Amino acid sequence: MLDVGRHPNIELMAYSEVEKVDGSAGCFKVRVRRKARYVDESKCTGCGACTEKCPTDVLDLYNESHSTRKAIYSWFAQGIPSTHAIDPDHCRVLQGKKCGICQKKCEAGAIDFEQKDKIVELNVGAIIAANGYTVFDPGKIAEYRYNDLPNVVTAVEFERFLSASGPTHGHIDRPSDRAVRRQIEELEKEENKLLKALARFEEKHGRTSAEFYQNYLPGEAEGDQAQWAGKYGEYLSIKAKLDELKKKAETFTTAKRLAFIQCVGSRDLRFYPFCSGFCCMHSIKEAIIAHEHENETTSVIFGMDIRAVGKGFDEYKVRGGNKSNISYRRSRVAEIVNGPNSNPILVYEDTREQVVRREEFDLVILATACAPAKGVKELSEILGIEINRFGFFKTSPDNPLDTTREGIFVCGCAHSPMDIPESVAQASSAASRAVQTVTVTPEKLLKIS
Amino acid sequence: MKKKNGENTEQLRVGVFICDCGSNIAGHLDCKSVTEYAATLPGVVFTKENLYTCSESGIGEIQNAIKANNLNRVVVASCSPRTHHPLFAGSCAQAGMNPYLFEMVNIRDQCSWVHMGKRDVATAKAKDLVRMGVAKSTMLEPQDNIESSLVRKILVIGGGIAGLSAAEALAGMGLEVLLVEKERQFGGLMLDLNLLETGASAKDRILQLAEKVGSTPGITALAGSKVTEITGYIGNFDVTVQTPEEKIAEKVGCIVVASGAVPLIEDGLFGHNGENVITQMELEKRLKDGSFKASKVVMIQCAGARNTTREYCSRICCATAVKNSMIIKRKFPLADVHVLYRDMQMYGDEKEQMLWDARGLGIQFDVYDPEKLPVVSEGRVVFHHSVLGETKEFKCDLVVLSTPLVARPDAPEVAALMRVPTDKNGFFLEAHAKLRPLDFAADGIFVCGSARYPVTSVEARTQGLGVASRVGAILFKDKLVKSAIVAEIDAASCVGCMGCLNVCPYDAISFNRETNVCEVKEILCKGCGNCASTCPSHSAILRGYKPEQLLAQIRAI
Repeated sequence: MLDVGRHPNIELMAYSEVEKVDGSAGCFKVRVRRKARYVDESKCTGCGACTEKCPTDVLDLYNESHSTRKAIYSWFAQGIPSTHAIDPDHCRVLQGKKCGICQKKCEAGAIDFEQKDKIVELNVGAIIAANGYTVFDPGKIAEYRYNDLPNVVTAVEFERFLSASGPTHGHIDRPSDRAVRRQIEELEKEENKLLKALARFEEKHGRTSAEFYQNYLPGEAEGDQAQWAGKYGEYLSIKAKLDELKKKAETFTTAKRLAFIQCVGSRDLRFYPFCSGFCCMHSIKEAIIAHEHENETTSVIFGMDIRAVGKGFDEYKVRGGNKSNISYRRSRVAEIVNGPNSNPILVYEDTREQVVRREEFDLVILATACAPAKGVKELSEILGIEINRFGFFKTSPDNPLDTTREGIFVCGCAHSPMDIPESVAQASSAASRAVQTVTVTPEKLLKIS
Repeated sequence: MKKKNGENTEQLRVGVFICDCGSNIAGHLDCKSVTEYAATLPGVVFTKENLYTCSESGIGEIQNAIKANNLNRVVVASCSPRTHHPLFAGSCAQAGMNPYLFEMVNIRDQCSWVHMGKRDVATAKAKDLVRMGVAKSTMLEPQDNIESSLVRKILVIGGGIAGLSAAEALAGMGLEVLLVEKERQFGGLMLDLNLLETGASAKDRILQLAEKVGSTPGITALAGSKVTEITGYIGNFDVTVQTPEEKIAEKVGCIVVASGAVPLIEDGLFGHNGENVITQMELEKRLKDGSFKASKVVMIQCAGARNTTREYCSRICCATAVKNSMIIKRKFPLADVHVLYRDMQMYGDEKEQMLWDARGLGIQFDVYDPEKLPVVSEGRVVFHHSVLGETKEFKCDLVVLSTPLVARPDAPEVAALMRVPTDKNGFFLEAHAKLRPLDFAADGIFVCGSARYPVTSVEARTQGLGVASRVGAILFKDKLVKSAIVAEIDAASCVGCMGCLNVCPYDAISFNRETNVCEVKEILCKGCGNCASTCPSHSAILRGYKPEQLLAQIRAI
């Protein structure tokens, strides 16, 4: 990414959208909307002083909402460009309230609340669509209860859990456990507030709250006694709740029994009939990394076929089974239900024994489908190209990179679901097709004359 | 840096940048204290701690510091030089400092990661490492990159779908191509195939492409020819090709390997006899020439693959089996077609759709247990159904084995011509499995198609087109620029023992018979340092790693 950012022949336009394409191969005119980021790109050094002081917490979508970021932010630390942006939906100033702290903190003077979208016209010879894919929303599959069960997560969420710079710093803490810890933190804050209030009463009356409360009769309350008693009562109930939660939290461990469910939304006629191609491999990879983090971790991968198709992939799969406690189970999981301790229970058919089994896990990871990119229809209309029956840009087997309009090419998951090496190879191919479009050869000159 | 009488006239001004790498480094050692310590080292005039030195802002800080503080040495203490040295050195160059005056210290992989939980130890070690790096940096010398000319012509080895596509794309980009095919006819494996998934004739398709390529000006297509010798280096390879008529010598700038693979045909495998037990390739031929005759067909997937002797999955055989069973079923609707498989590898959109359609046509798919392979005997196949957990039997009059594509028997020979590696299965080994699938580690040589790993014809074509832009990225430049970190042999002290010659893995050293000393061909040298550590007279040195530079580093411990 950095190499691309530094390349003298590449101009990057982040946070921008193509709105209109005119012309034809060799001489396209493209209108691009550069969206207002409310930060001057030429001035921002990406130092991050603004985010440190910004008072508004927003769910961090980069971490799949498992942590928070500020209203002024960069998508992630090594992002290109490092220029920050203000989230207009959450920024206090842009929502008409008072703030402007970032503007005061920015030594480069880069914050510009008045910034407007800019329209840029580009003249290009060829266009490559590499707009990727969208992760399928597993909430659509009612029987997997993704929206209800905290310990059912997607592979992308799990990927963030495994990351050292992710929301759990590389520990596989279960979302339900993290929720309890957050609750404890909040109760502790309240407890502290109450303790301070109680201390004021204790100082004033010269005795401990416990002593006072023991002899307190509601019917004979004098002065501020009713208030004192009220606060103490509140304190006791919070304390009891806290003790209970803390006791519970003591038993928490990282997730050690993992279940991976393949083909969530793909190879499923209700959603997408196709195979997403790369999910078997990322489930195996995630199970291997989880095992590297903690050696007791065991993983079960539930799938119809394990499609380890690629150089060295099948060997990797076998190694995962032999060395990383992974078992592969041929089964399509029917349902996920809640069990004790928020442990998800999988209901599936053991075909070998021909019985329905229920098996409890600490955490379930869903290998969600590679769905056509959001807005692909609109983009296809702007580019004037067709989409195929699966929702990806249409190409032909003879010219696998060429869309239905000359001079416009496609690569990566905008073409069809594929893994990294294939995307990289295709990107080179699309580049080569684009260069051929803009290269003047004797043949082309002959055609023109 | 100006030099006068071999002495540094300029004062040393070292800038040290300590990277937190988020919490990767700062989480396990005290970066602030290391930064403060670095400021006390001799020659150091500027220090800075960054959250991510490799981020755009981190790079900006290095460049600004070079300009504002007149730095003539930069030391970055962060992660692995393997991934980040080029970035930092290049950034220094952009700011006007000679990039060879940059030194990198690894305090992540070699410090914070291996001493997790021992903050004091890790911090102390990081200080030692930084001190050593600074000491070495003070001894560094400025160097100029090595430059070399480029021949804008490409040798493509192999005239199948991948090689033809590569040649087509290269010529389309305005480059000259020398396309060499061993067989008498261009087309490769596709010549023998029946129909493609689309229903089009594979032979017609490939012949059409071959004809287009053959008639493109700028492409010299040599059939029935073999590359016999390759010498030289990126930009300037000398190749010799034996054609049916003569031996020709050519100069090319880059080489593309598209030599393909061959389908495994193993006598006796599941009773293979070429008659009623055949391979998919043999089935293709029968379907093509109309000699196919069978009413009960059983196909066995992973025949000779995904086992202990041949561990890999050959990627294309499942789609081939589905395609052929559909062709049979469409032509002979009453035929019984069973596919025995382990995992149906119908990845992606179109292939999975084929599988749905095949089931719709009434083709039956059953899973067999790899621990108990199917047994083929006269008129039937017995196998252990691993989903139902029971033994089943299918009657049949034809068994088709889906055997893998295997590396060509002459692949090692082709690899040896260019000294490029092959993997344990005999396929060519790319530079990086994920990020550089079409490159070899050796510069200027590329790979595409089934020579690398089995691919479908569409994927082979995609990769063939893809190598063209990899080649273009090199040959469209005016000249080749390469790192100056190469070996040097002092002619005055070299005794010509040729010890270095034997240890050089890149053939970069030759013995000059006139002067009786060994000489380094800079453009071939990759800077491994084998010669420098072998030379008994200390005549061979590696620039940037000279004895005095390394000793300065060691003495600082």
